Amino acid sequence: MSFSINSTVSENAEGAKVALITLTGELDSLSARLFQKEIEKVALESPKDLVLDMEQLSFMASAGLRVLIFSKQKIGPALSIYIVKPQEPIVDTLDKTGLLHSVTIVDKYPS
Amino acid sequence: MATTSGTNDIRIDYYPTHEHEGIKFRRGHALPFGATTVPNGVNFSISSSAATSCTLVLFDRGAAQPFAEIPFPDEFRVGDVYCMTVFDLDVERLEYGYRMDGPFAPELGHRFNKNIILSDPYARSLGGRDTWLAQPNWDDIYPYRSRLAFEDFDWENDHPLEYPIEDLVIYEMHVRAFTQHPTAKVKNSGTFSAIKSKIKYLKELGVNCIELMPIYEYDEWENSKPNPVTGEMLVNFWGYSTVNFFSPKAGYAATGKFGMQVDELKTVIKELHKNGIEVILDVVFNHTAEGDHRGHTISFRGIDNKTYYMLTPEGYYFNFSGTGNTLNCNNPVVRNMVLDCLRYWAADYHIDGFRFDLAAILGRAQDGSPLSNPPLLESLAYDPILAKCKLIAEAWDAGGLYQVGTFPAYGRWAEWNGKYRDSVRKFLKGDEGLVGEMAQRIQGSPDLYYYRGPTASINFIACHDGFTLYDLFSYNEKHNEANGENNNDGGNDNHSWNCGWEGETDDIEINFLRHKQIKNALSILFVSQGVPMLLMGDEMGRTKLGNNNTYCHDNELNWLDWSLLKKNKHLFDFAQSMIKFRKAHPVLRSSTHFTHSDYVGSGYPDISFHGTRAWQMDWSANNRSFAFMLCGEHAKQGAIKDDMIYVAMNMYWEALSFELPALSRDRKWHVYANTDMPAAEQVSTLGKEPLVQHQDHIIAGARSIIILVGK
Repeated sequence: MSFSINSTVSENAEGAKVALITLTGELDSLSARLFQKEIEKVALESPKDLVLDMEQLSFMASAGLRVLIFSKQKIGPALSIYIVKPQEPIVDTLDKTGLLHSVTIVDKYPS
Repeated sequence: MATTSGTNDIRIDYYPTHEHEGIKFRRGHALPFGATTVPNGVNFSISSSAATSCTLVLFDRGAAQPFAEIPFPDEFRVGDVYCMTVFDLDVERLEYGYRMDGPFAPELGHRFNKNIILSDPYARSLGGRDTWLAQPNWDDIYPYRSRLAFEDFDWENDHPLEYPIEDLVIYEMHVRAFTQHPTAKVKNSGTFSAIKSKIKYLKELGVNCIELMPIYEYDEWENSKPNPVTGEMLVNFWGYSTVNFFSPKAGYAATGKFGMQVDELKTVIKELHKNGIEVILDVVFNHTAEGDHRGHTISFRGIDNKTYYMLTPEGYYFNFSGTGNTLNCNNPVVRNMVLDCLRYWAADYHIDGFRFDLAAILGRAQDGSPLSNPPLLESLAYDPILAKCKLIAEAWDAGGLYQVGTFPAYGRWAEWNGKYRDSVRKFLKGDEGLVGEMAQRIQGSPDLYYYRGPTASINFIACHDGFTLYDLFSYNEKHNEANGENNNDGGNDNHSWNCGWEGETDDIEINFLRHKQIKNALSILFVSQGVPMLLMGDEMGRTKLGNNNTYCHDNELNWLDWSLLKKNKHLFDFAQSMIKFRKAHPVLRSSTHFTHSDYVGSGYPDISFHGTRAWQMDWSANNRSFAFMLCGEHAKQGAIKDDMIYVAMNMYWEALSFELPALSRDRKWHVYANTDMPAAEQVSTLGKEPLVQHQDHIIAGARSIIILVGK
């Protein structure tokens, strides 16, 4: 399945910036580069919340996980990462590699 | 993090200067060895003392053929080190190796073969055996593929726990065997990740340190063969045969097939630390998986045979490890590799300590002779990065060097105390002439470690190698037929006793005795000075059906059957109670040897020995019983006030009456444990021990142990 990504940055009710990135398909090492570019793009806006819609994402390779770590480092420790409706294998991988504690899994954002 | 976007950010020293088949590169950095990410590229560095040239070989993950082979220009060589920085590589998918050219002259120690692609000894991760026992591609031109690992793991505020070694309760464990049995009922059974699901259990038991049998990348397929009897595949299950020292075993990771074993292992270590459990690795620096002159060339042999291995004058391999070759640990290059490796595990994986397999080899000179001042052991002992790590030696090797008590320690090294195991086993089975030895063993073996203190002694009665505690009391002889070597493998000096029947029986008396013997063993282990180590499953009566060398079985012989926990709950309860008792009583965890004197004015010496008459120890050769008393006011050299503790051990086949030493002030004897009682009454609740009925004596049943608290 091919990979696609798009992002928007908006303001929430409190006036803080929220970056929404929607990922679709399979996030492998090639598509992870696109993911990273997207993170770099939204990072310029210094968002407070990063919302990753993963409902349509079926696979995430290690490169994808590394971009999650990268986003924290790039945007700063104050960044909150929300993952919307990730599929079970992705939650499982996040758990086994210790990343689950640094993100919040939600059914929708804002909850 | 290094930026990868825009050439404006790239320093001039990270600009490519050369090009080969469209790949851009430049002169690299000699240090660090291995493959390291640098801005926009990867720095490769490898040394060989005798190669005439070297070629870097680059693969996309899993590809049959390399996408590039770049010979190192001679001007990139610094001394014996070939170094190169290559740009624009997909670091996530990269696999790399080397071809080394040079003479094939075994009599001179050289075995170069440029047709073989070699793994990097410093690779941080290895591909090729990503999933446990998945059928490999046997025709792969590069079966063990070096990969990169990244240092972006989020450790948060994790830190090695640095417990004083005398406070440890070590649990020796095999990653796969621990949770692979269906009764473990965990997700991702048999993996690093599954250990997380059993942390609660480990805490309940009370252990605060796990010692993992080898987790460095090894090949479970090595020497695999069908079992001649059952046809089942026999494999290298234990893993004492390293392919790469810096890489965790991918097949032990649920995420190994995604190449994420590094992150998974680190996650488990972080979680264990969070729950107060240290992690010690069993490391195998005595040999490699390349075997002898008939073995495969994977890495070391093809890179620098003469440097990495101890060779006979004819160019064959010394075999002090019993497995074909011997790593040349006191060659300065190899010594530095070992040091770099342990530093890496301590710094990058937050490992709390190391247990060195066949460590006597680490003290041998390059010609195999024992060194009085081995530089490797000294370097490890004084290394600043390893300064707080526990260093534990298996102080013997397969070449006959037995150094229990004499291992060069530099005030740092502890040892697997093989003499503790043997003395306690013989005493438990009722051999004569053991009370003198036992008096030493329960004190932390001052006869062996007088100048090093009791903390030099890692006390164990069973370990992965040999009988489990249950089998120790169920089999007189080893039963290794399933190993396919006509029962010739495995040790014959088991000092075991089957309690009257060889193997399983439904005889109630025999089974009661076996369980009592296990409890006797646990009692001795946890009231001995030194550092106790429990073998995985011994707390629930694990059996290997009398097989004392299960290195090759990926089946129920090795997998821990968790249903035993229910079946033998009384054993678990007893083990748990003994660990609680040890933790509650600092007088059991001294960091210095007893003086046999009263240096705090309590009216009692720190330790005293007794026979069936108080204060009168019977040291005679045919005696099989004794008692000892610890004065709690000497706990931690008088710094802490603890209770009096009295332990009577009767390994005679009849009950004996022990006269009790009188207590001063208004203290009374209370009973904590009596292994001769029915299971439900064997141990008291800590702090609520009932009074001993007659304060002047106790009756210790046949082959039993009684533990009293004076308070």
